[in-house]
Amino acid sequence: MNEFKSVWVFSENRDLMLEMLCKGRELADKLQTELAVILLGCKIKDQAEILIKYGADKVYVVDDPKFEKLQTEPYLSALTNLATRYRPEIILIGSTKRGKELAARLTTRLETGLVSDAFKLEIDENKRLIATRIVYSGNGVATETYQTKPQVATVQPRTFEKPKLMERKGQVVEVNVTLEEPKTEVIEIKPVEVKKVRIEDARIIVSGGRGVEKKEDFKMLEDLATLLGGYVGNTRPLAEDRKWFSEWVGLSGKKVKPDLYVACGLSGVIQHIAGMRDSKVIVAINKDQEAPIFQVADYIVVDDIYQIVPALTEALRKMLKS
Amino acid sequence: MPRIIVCLKQAVDVNHIKVDPTTRRLITADAPKKISDFDKNALEEAVRIKEKLQGEVVALTVSAEDAKTTLREALAMGADKAYLVTDPSFQDSDALITSHILAQAVKKIGSFDLILCGEATIDSYSAQVGPRLAERLGIPVITYVRKLSLEGNHVIAERSLEDRFEVAKARMPALITVIKEINEPRIPSLPDILKASKKEFVTWSLDELGVSKEKVGITGSSVQILEVLAPKGERKQIKIEGENPHEIAENLAKALIQKGFARR
Ligand SMILES: Cc1cc2nc3c(=O)[nH]c(=O)nc-3n(C[C@H](O)[C@H](O)[C@H](O)COP(=O)(O)OP(=O)(O)OC[C@H]3O[C@@H](n4cnc5c(N)ncnc54)[C@H](O)[C@@H]3O)c2cc1C
Repeated sequence: MNEFKSVWVFSENRDLMLEMLCKGRELADKLQTELAVILLGCKIKDQAEILIKYGADKVYVVDDPKFEKLQTEPYLSALTNLATRYRPEIILIGSTKRGKELAARLTTRLETGLVSDAFKLEIDENKRLIATRIVYSGNGVATETYQTKPQVATVQPRTFEKPKLMERKGQVVEVNVTLEEPKTEVIEIKPVEVKKVRIEDARIIVSGGRGVEKKEDFKMLEDLATLLGGYVGNTRPLAEDRKWFSEWVGLSGKKVKPDLYVACGLSGVIQHIAGMRDSKVIVAINKDQEAPIFQVADYIVVDDIYQIVPALTEALRKMLKS
Repeated sequence: MPRIIVCLKQAVDVNHIKVDPTTRRLITADAPKKISDFDKNALEEAVRIKEKLQGEVVALTVSAEDAKTTLREALAMGADKAYLVTDPSFQDSDALITSHILAQAVKKIGSFDLILCGEATIDSYSAQVGPRLAERLGIPVITYVRKLSLEGNHVIAERSLEDRFEVAKARMPALITVIKEINEPRIPSLPDILKASKKEFVTWSLDELGVSKEKVGITGSSVQILEVLAPKGERKQIKIEGENPHEIAENLAKALIQKGFARR
C-alpha cells in the first residue's frame, strides 16, 4: 500500500476552512508534501479555484445535492472513501458541533486517533504531528501525539489566522463517491436568534456574571462597552439558568481573545477563564477579594460593580471630553 | 418499554485540581472523583423517560479504578442496574479504545433501545466517545440534544447547533448525546440511597469482554499524551485603589486610557 502523505483540510464552515488552510500550508511545507482541501457541497464547484489561491495545492470536489441538508452520513462516507483511497497523513477538521461528530465517527471508521480542539499544531523531528489542547476544563494544557495515521485533529474557529490571497497554481480534482443515506431525518429547523455582532470579533468585551442581579442592570455594562467601542459578554448561568442570553463566554461557549476584557461580578471559575484567558488585558471587578478571576487579571478592583461600573463609565466619559 | 443504557464517566472534579508550583504539573491523583456533569444529565433524562414509559435504566462505566461509589450514586439517582468494566491496564486509554470497550460491554449487556451519553466530559472535553460508540454499533446518533421524546419505535430529539436548532428523528436503537440544558439532575434522597445498595451491580474485567490487555492503555491507544501542564498565566495583578468608588473608578479609567483603550 502507498504510504501516508499530504495534509488535508475540511470544514463545512468556509471561514474555518480558510483558517485551517493557513495552518495546513505550514504543516505541509514542513513535511514537504501537498496540501489539499476537501470541498463537499451542493453546487460548489466554482468555489474550488480560489482555494488554490489561498494556499491549497489540490482541491478534491464532491458536488452532490445530498450534502445540502448538512446531515452527517453523506459527509462521513465521502471523507472515509477519499481518505481510504488517497491516504492523507494529516486531516484537520473544523470543530463546529457537526464537525466534532463527523471527526469522531470518521476516525472510528479509519481506526485512528483524534485530538479535539487543538490550538497549536506542530511537526516534531520524527515528522509526527504534535497537537496541544486544553484539558481538565482549563486547568491544564496537554501536548499529545499519534501512534496511528492519518493523524486527525479538530480546530475551533479563530484559532489560526486566515491566509492571504496569492497567485499560485494547483489542481482541482472532481471525484465521484457513492454517498450513504442519512440515518436520521430532520423534521424541523428552528432559527436561533443571531446577534448582530459576533462576540469573537469584538476588540473590547465587558462581561457580566451572576453579580449582575437583574437583566435591566446589564445596561450599565452596555453603557461602558458602548463608550469603549466594545460589546457585552456573560457567563453561562446568565444564559442557561436565567435565560437572559443565548450564548456565553467559556469552555463550553465562545472563546474570545479581545484586547480588553472587563469581568464584572463574575467569579472566574475555571470553565469561564478557559474562554477568555488569552485576552490581552484583563480587568476584574468583584467584591470578593478571594475571587479566582483576580488570579488572571491585570487590573484588580475589589468593590461593588453597582458602584464601580457606572463611575468608571462616567470617569472615562469626562476624561475623553477634556 | 424502553431499555436505556447510560454511559457514565468517573471524572476528576476539575475544581479541585492543584498545581505543583515548580514543575507546573497538575496534581490530579488526590482530587475527588465524580460522575462527569453532562453524563449526570444523561442519566437524569433516562430516569425521566423510565418514569413516564416504564422500562429499565442501565448504568455503564469503564474505568481504570474502582468506580463503585460513583456508580452507586447512579443507582441512587434511579438506575436499575450498574455495570462496571474495570481494569488497571485501561489507564490512559484514548477515546478510540474507550469506545471499543464500551461497545463490547453494550453487546454483552444485550438488547437496548437507547444509549444516552453526555455531550463531553469535564476532564477531557473531547466529545468523541458518544459518536464513536454509535459508529461501532452501527446505530444512528443525534448529538447536542436539549429535548428528547420517544414515539413508538422512534426517538425525536432537538439539537442545539451553532446556527440553528434542529429537530431530528431516528429509528431506535439509537444513541443520543445530551447537553446540560436538557434537565436539572436530581439529588437522591436518603431512602433512594439505601435502596441503591440492594440493586444489582455487575463487575466485568477486560478478559470477560474479550478485550486483550495489550490493546488498551498507552500501548493500544492511537493518541498519546506527552505532558499536561498548568497554563502559563503571568498577569500583572495591579490592585486599583482609592478612597471611594469614584476615586477607584477614576484611577482605573486613567490606567485604561494610558493603555490606549478609549481614545480621545
Ligand atoms: C462542564 C462545565 C462547563 C462550563 N462551561 C462554562 C462556560 O463555558 N462559561 C461559563 O461562564 N461557565 C461555565 N460553566 C459554569 C461555571 O462552572 C460557573 O458556574 C460559572 O462560570 C459561574 O458564573 P458566575 O461567575 O457568573 O457566577 P458566580 O460563580 O456565582 O460568581 C458571581 C461573582 O459575582 C461576585 N459578585 C456578586 N455581587 C457582586 C457585586 N455587586 N459587585 C461585585 N461582585 C459581585 C461574587 O463575589 C462572585 O464572585 C461550566 C460548568 C461546567 C460544569
